[in-house]
Amino acid sequence: MPGTLRIAYKLLVNDRAKYGALLVGITFAVFLMIEMTSLFSGVLSRSSATVRNIGASIWVMDPAVQTVANSIPLPDYVLDEVRSIPGVAFAVPLYSGSALLKLSDGTYQAANVLGLDDTSLFGRPALLDGKIEDVFAENGFIAVKDSEFYKLGNPKIGAEFEINDNRGVIVGLAKVASSGLFGVPTLYTTYSRALQYIPSLRFTSSYLLVEPKSPADIPAIKARVAAIGYLALTKDEFIAQISKFYKFHTGIGTNMLIMTTISFIIGLSISGQTFYTFILENIEKFGALKAIGAKGRDLVMMILFQAGFVSLTGFGLGVGLCALAIWTARLYLPDYAAIITWLNLVLAFLMVLIIAGASSYFGVHKVLTIEPFDIFRG
Amino acid sequence: MKIAIEARGVHKWFGEGDARTYAVKGVSFDACFGEILYVVGPSGSGKTTMLSMISGILRPDQGTVKIDGTDIWDLPDDDLAEFRLRKIGFVFQDFHLFPRLTTAENVAVPLILQDRPWDEAIAEARRDLDVVGLGHRADLPPVKLSGGEQQRVAIARALVSRPEILILDEPTASLDGDTGQAILDFIRREILTEQRCIVIVTHDSRIFDFADRIVQMEDGRLKSIEREKLDAQ
Repeated sequence: MPGTLRIAYKLLVNDRAKYGALLVGITFAVFLMIEMTSLFSGVLSRSSATVRNIGASIWVMDPAVQTVANSIPLPDYVLDEVRSIPGVAFAVPLYSGSALLKLSDGTYQAANVLGLDDTSLFGRPALLDGKIEDVFAENGFIAVKDSEFYKLGNPKIGAEFEINDNRGVIVGLAKVASSGLFGVPTLYTTYSRALQYIPSLRFTSSYLLVEPKSPADIPAIKARVAAIGYLALTKDEFIAQISKFYKFHTGIGTNMLIMTTISFIIGLSISGQTFYTFILENIEKFGALKAIGAKGRDLVMMILFQAGFVSLTGFGLGVGLCALAIWTARLYLPDYAAIITWLNLVLAFLMVLIIAGASSYFGVHKVLTIEPFDIFRG
Repeated sequence: MKIAIEARGVHKWFGEGDARTYAVKGVSFDACFGEILYVVGPSGSGKTTMLSMISGILRPDQGTVKIDGTDIWDLPDDDLAEFRLRKIGFVFQDFHLFPRLTTAENVAVPLILQDRPWDEAIAEARRDLDVVGLGHRADLPPVKLSGGEQQRVAIARALVSRPEILILDEPTASLDGDTGQAILDFIRREILTEQRCIVIVTHDSRIFDFADRIVQMEDGRLKSIEREKLDAQ
């Protein structure tokens, strides 16, 4: 490290009170920014959990569908129409709905029930325990062992429950990539059993899951589906549509944006003000350095280094604190939805860079305008 | 003796038009290597402004300042900063030591600004602290030192890059009489060499005995007077 930066480092960290205040300000701001954006990421991720877990390439739905949880049943002819599209390798129906379970201890528990195509079981989860073919057995259901699993009373294979006056039996335990948003456990069964056990409207298919023969066929499939008045979205498009709904058509996105902005402003004001005070308190020393022979660029580098060092340290502490907070929260709240993504980190990092830049701008301006003559004048 | 500082017709004013106020009016003087020159005068007489102009930190509005033959105000800003760094040592009135650095690190600052390796600069600073009798205080922060010791640290910092010109601004202002005398005695015995010119701005008549020449400033003008006359005043 160049000597001037080493001096800058010592001037900064040896002033423990100021350094501590700067770190607290930036750490707190980073913590809040990442926490807020992570919560939002968690909500968005969970809101499309079914889409991720099922994993179909193309989802066919009613054009009015906004989220995967609010499906609008499709007439049966749509399935036949889609299967007749040349680029479609196969298309299967998916049932997605809610049911009220009566558990063995007599308590009631809402659950999300996914009915998979009887012939292919397309979209089935990976099993932790049991065999997938047992889902065809009488009353067979597979429970997803996610953060909501305990709400089913932590059932083992063979555990029984009631679903709409029908007997249900857990025949397997599965794992999925993502838990749902609404805090209810998930059960998989066959499409036909889902229709049989859960009251349905005239139309029964919540979605059609489609695999194209090749990715190049996707545009044609989407056009053909649109021609019959329905909507075909790729997995990523469906996830994006769900995210868009939660971002712009609920208060969640706005609230998160406001909280993130407030965190940024708090961080900027605390660290900006503290850093500027730090520069002001050392202004005579910087003036003395200038008189001794330090060049303007030496002083600018020193200030940028100080701002950068404290910002990056605060960023690291903030990220660590946030990770610790999320980890701790999950110990006590399995449903806690926060996820730290690369995008969250990059966003917070950019904001920290803005905080460092703004803080150092005023410091640099002050130091560059100090006249060494003032040092002599006292 | 060889001329170290050559000031000719130096003017400095602040403000313009009717508001123009002259701080220094046409001052000319020389200072030589191997001598201690005092610039004395009452507050507001322009001595600090003059000091700033001959040390390359305040541009005169008129006149020239040459140091060892170089017209310093002809130099570009960066070259002038480099010139100050290598040729001129400063001892400020309030010392302006960094409280967050150790004494040795404070002394090493000019060397570090010259891009000398850290360890080498610190080693050299320790040697200079030995010269001023503070080798045993090298690892303490300046706030742990007495006023006289801080003054000696400031002198060591000014000397560490072996400057030809040493400028001291009110070096005894914050010291008691005995300590001030001791510091000036030390400067004359240990610091003054044939290759160095020392300029001291002061209004402390107790230390006039240490000067080779004394020039007095008054209302921005400079007049050279004998030390005996000043003492008599």
